[in-house]
This record gives sequence, structure tokens and C-alpha cells, in this order.
Amino acid sequence: MSVLVNKDSKVIVQGFTGSEGSFHAQQMIEYGTNVVGGVTPGKGGQTHLDRPVFNTVKDAVDTTGADVSIIFVPPAFAADAIMEAADAGIKVIICITEGIPTADMVTAKSYLQGKDVRLIGPNCPGVMTAEECKVGIMPGFIFKKGTIGIVSKSGTLTYEAVDQLSKVGLGQTTAIGIGGDPIIGTTTREAVELLMNDPETEAIVMIGEIGGGMEAEAARWIKADGNRKPVVGFIAGQTAPKGRRMGHAGAIVGGADDTAAAKMKIMSECGIFVVDSPALIGETMLKALGK
Amino acid sequence: MNIHEYQGKEILKRYGVRIQEGIVAESPEKAVEAAKQIMAQTNSKFVVVKSQIHAGGRGKGKVQGSEQRGVALAKSVEDVRTIATNLIGNVLVTHQTGPEGKKVSKVLVAQDVFYPGDSEPKELYMSILLDRANACNVIMASTEGGMDIEEVAEHSPEKIIKEWINPAVGLQPFQARKIAFALGLTGEAFKEMVKFVTSLYKAYVDSDASMFEINPVLKTSDNKILAVDAKVNLDDNALYRHPDLANLRDITEEDPLEVEASANDLNYVKLDGNVGCMVNGAGLAMATMDIIKLSGGEPANFLDVGGGANAKTVEAGFRIILKDPNVKAILINIFGGIVRCDRVATGVVEAYKAIGDIPIPIIVRLQGTNAEEGARIIDESGLKVYSAVQLKEAAEKVKQVLSAM
Repeated sequence: MSVLVNKDSKVIVQGFTGSEGSFHAQQMIEYGTNVVGGVTPGKGGQTHLDRPVFNTVKDAVDTTGADVSIIFVPPAFAADAIMEAADAGIKVIICITEGIPTADMVTAKSYLQGKDVRLIGPNCPGVMTAEECKVGIMPGFIFKKGTIGIVSKSGTLTYEAVDQLSKVGLGQTTAIGIGGDPIIGTTTREAVELLMNDPETEAIVMIGEIGGGMEAEAARWIKADGNRKPVVGFIAGQTAPKGRRMGHAGAIVGGADDTAAAKMKIMSECGIFVVDSPALIGETMLKALGK
Repeated sequence: MNIHEYQGKEILKRYGVRIQEGIVAESPEKAVEAAKQIMAQTNSKFVVVKSQIHAGGRGKGKVQGSEQRGVALAKSVEDVRTIATNLIGNVLVTHQTGPEGKKVSKVLVAQDVFYPGDSEPKELYMSILLDRANACNVIMASTEGGMDIEEVAEHSPEKIIKEWINPAVGLQPFQARKIAFALGLTGEAFKEMVKFVTSLYKAYVDSDASMFEINPVLKTSDNKILAVDAKVNLDDNALYRHPDLANLRDITEEDPLEVEASANDLNYVKLDGNVGCMVNGAGLAMATMDIIKLSGGEPANFLDVGGGANAKTVEAGFRIILKDPNVKAILINIFGGIVRCDRVATGVVEAYKAIGDIPIPIIVRLQGTNAEEGARIIDESGLKVYSAVQLKEAAEKVKQVLSAM
């Protein structure tokens, strides 16, 4: 078991023939992901990386039975790509694109409401089920199969956490990069819930950052759910000044509730093993598991 | 992206939002001319002179070394000259600028909107912003205009009206009426407010704004509703489709190092500490700042070099960090996923040599693809650079370097 993607996932790549799409599709194929084709409007009928190219997501789904899509299209067209995937019946949409206008994401998220689809991202490193399926841009070699699930707003900080876990001998089930934008498809709480309900996942690493209230919401849910599995948490941006956007569009301290300190306090109160330093994620997880 | 009050008001006016009229001036002479024009138009001897900087609290803020407030009522043309002379070219300190303040290079000479009339003028509050949790826009309004809204939210939250906008259908007329009624308006002022809210929301959506804050919104003594101030923030990600709005950027309001960094495609935020850092990825960059603090230092900056950490970006990063005289050490933290650590290491060595002798210690932590190879390149370069592989090691090296100072 794992969540969102596994070895049976049939994946298409939107923005397949572009430079980013091509590079990462190749990497995903090498990792063993079942990439069944891709979509680039106007290039339907061609073959790319030995796989068929389609004009529309619907054509791709009808022909290949794809159920997962990964999006690499440029920011101006990415929200449209998300809606196209949902309309075509894709079940898990993973949007890597960074820099999508917020208004476009408000529209796209509203469009997805009531549909049987899950959006991960945008502005995220994707989803990785260790040694099975990579739908994203995460470096495959740092992952080891195991029992720890990861939820994170950040890319390289996720790699840091995974690497530390692997080095202390703890493998992973699925790492979910939820993205650093103000509007994202799957919240921290929803991603944590997926992992809590995954029988193979024994413990969870939850990495957040300043801005918004998602980590507090997730922490309260974890407590209300009875702290079924140990959770190790970290919030990046303890030293970030108020009112400045720190790289990610969503990483900005607005009021007293969305600082790193406020979030870490709530997380501790909800029974999460909070680390001050991101260097301590691996060893703290060992302790949390009583190893 | 932030813009000035006068620019924000121009956007509002284009959408039919009634504003406090004014003319922007860059010198006391121009301010006097502007004042004469406005006095003639309004048939009043009063105008308001408002410093134009990207920070709030101007009315209470003072010019460094004087008692001049950032926003002042002038009762004559001579008053205008005095106030404008006190403001232009000088540094205004408000609770939002920090003690170093901001230089005023323009003033807005605006009509006095508190003129006498049949009804009592009333200051109201209105803002439009993104509600992240509900993934939609929300209009907030309050009868407590002219006050800091965070204080209102803390002490009398019941006085804040919120109206969430369904993205599929947009603002509906009943919602505009709800807001106007909740603000206690009747008759002509009520009708004006409905129009005000409707036009303001259209301006917000059409300009891809991420925040509008109009504080105060004034009900005048003749029952007009107008925007006396306009704090406007635009979504950077959407500027590509608004070249006219992108042109409103005032780089003199930004830190020169941040301007230089953005020209080099680096994401840099200047901070006040003593340890500079250069990192790939925004989350790891924030986490690296936190590590610097935990190691006994203070971060001097946020710097995300992005996915392509190569000799050119590393060199640009070095040059920017080194221009900050407070920096006593630099921590480079790269997690090589797709990017290979040996390449980054070569880039660091090349950049170091291109700059010449760097007088402060540098700690390079490379982890991920070819990390050991990267460390070897750093160690064998003969440069005064410390290498680390584990994040913990890097933190300890920072601590050592700082305690040796």
C-alpha cells in the first residue's frame, strides 16, 4: 500500500514535449514509473520518448486509460491544463508549475469542486512512492522503501528530510509535496489524513513554512483523530521577517497566527514531535518510534 | 508588487470608484502649483499633502529630526510649500518603515474631503483580499474607519463585516447591498456605497490584485462615498498580462541589493544579520536561515538560487551577499537532487576565483547527487572554504566560525 500513486498508476505528462516535461518524463521512466504518453496541443500523433503524444487529455485518457497526470506547462496555461485534466476524468493531477496567477488557481480550484479528482500542487515537487512510482521532480536515489510518510510544502527541504530518514535506516512509503502557493489543491491536513489512513505508513513527517493556517489545521486534526501515528514536524521560517514574501508565493507572515513560532506551538500542543532544527528530523523520528 | 497611493487611486478611478482627487508632485514648486489647481477646483483654501512611500502609518509618522508628519493639512499655499519642503528629499519614519525610515521623493497634493455640509462625515474601512483557507476573495468592511484594522479585529471583531465571493459567479448585487446596509448607510450614501463596492471589486479582479485596502473610505458631509487612501498590492505572478501595471514598479522603494538580485534571477531578501546564505529552494533557504540562528548567528539574507545552481548564479549570489557590510560569514547549502554537487562545487570554486580573495569564511554544504565528489573539489581547491555534507555538520561549522570571531 501507499497513497496517491503506485506501480499500477498510468501516468500522462502535460507539456510532454517541452524541455522540462521531456527531461523529467525521462527521469520518471527511468525510475520505473508507468508513463503511458503525453499531451502537447498540436503535436498529437507524434511519438516522444517512445510514447504517444496526444492533442487533448481526453484523447490520452480514452486511448491509454491514464488515471494520473503531471503538469509541466508554463504558468500562463497551467490552470487551464488542470481543468482539462479534471474534465477528462484524471483522478490524480500533480501540477509542478511555479508562478501561476492566484486568480487562475481560484478559478481552477472552484472548477474541481464536486468532482472526483485530487489536485496536488501547484508549485510542488510532486509525489513519490518509494521504489515504485515517481510522479514529480524528486531525486529518486535518496528514497528507500519503508514505513514513513512525508508531507511538505517545500522541494529541497523534502529531499533533506527523506535523506536524513534513509540515512538513519528509515525508509518511506509516499512523499507528498503539496506546494508553496497560497492556493493549492491538497492541504496539509488532507495529505496527513491520506497517510494516517494508509496501513503501511507507521509515522509521518510534516514540513511546513510560514504563512497561512494549514499546519495548525492539520495539527488540530491529528489531535482530534487521536494521534494514531507519531508525527515529526518542522516549520521553516522562524527567522523570517513579517510582511516579506520568502521565495514561495505563500510564504509570508501576515499576522500573529501564521508565524513559525505560533504554528510550532500549536503543533507541540497537539502532540507532534516538533524540531527547531531541520537537521534533527531523522533522529527525532527514530526517538518518536522508540528506536 | 506594492504601488503608491496615487497609482492605486488612478486604477480605482479608471473603474469609476470615487476617490479623493489629487495631483502628484516631485518638488515643493510643483506641489504649490498642484495646490493652486486643486484649491480652484474645490473652491477651498485647504488641501492635504501626503508623502508617497511604500509603507503605512504615514499620518502618525514623522520626518527624521523634525516634527513634520507624513500626512498634513495645509491651510494656505504657503503651508503647502512648507510641508512639501519638509517632506520631499527627507526620510519619513513610521511604525511600518522601521527606525531607518524611507526617503520621500513624491507627495500627493489632495483635496480636503472633510468639508462642512448637511450630514456628519463618517470614516469607514474596506479591503479586498484572498482568503487562502476558503480559496476565494473576501471583502472586509467596518464602521471603524481610520483605525488599524488588526486592532479592530482584536478588540471588537463583531465590527468587521465579511462577504465571501463565489469565484464561479463573482460579486452579486445582494452582497454589495448587504455590505452597505451593514455599514449603517441609508438614502444617497447607501446607493453610493453599493456602486463603490461593485466598482472596487471589478477593479480588484481586472488588475489581478492580491490586496486592496481602502482606509478610510469616507462618507462625506454631502453623502458621497470616496476612497481617501488606497493601499494596493498586485499579484507578481499575473503581472505578465498587465504590462501597464508592471510599469508602476518603483525600484527606488526597493532595496538596491534586491533589485540587483532580481535582475540576476535570484530570489533575495535583505535581512539584518551577520551570516549570509545561498541555498537552492525557498523552503530549504528559510530552514538554513533558521539553522544560522540556532548556531548563534543571525541570517543576513534569504537567497534562493533556484534549480540551476551554476558558476554564474553562484558568482552573482556571492557578489550580492558580499556587498552587505554586515556579513561576517557565508553558508552555502545546496541539496543536489537533479543538480549535481560536483558541478555546484566547481561553480563555487570558479566564482570564488573570479571574485578574487573573499575576506570572510565560507562554509559549503553539498548534499545529494555526487556529494562526496563535491566535498573533495572544495577541499582540494586550496581556498579558504570549509566543506560539510550533513546539515548538522554545517551548523556546527557555522558555530565554530562564529565563536572564533
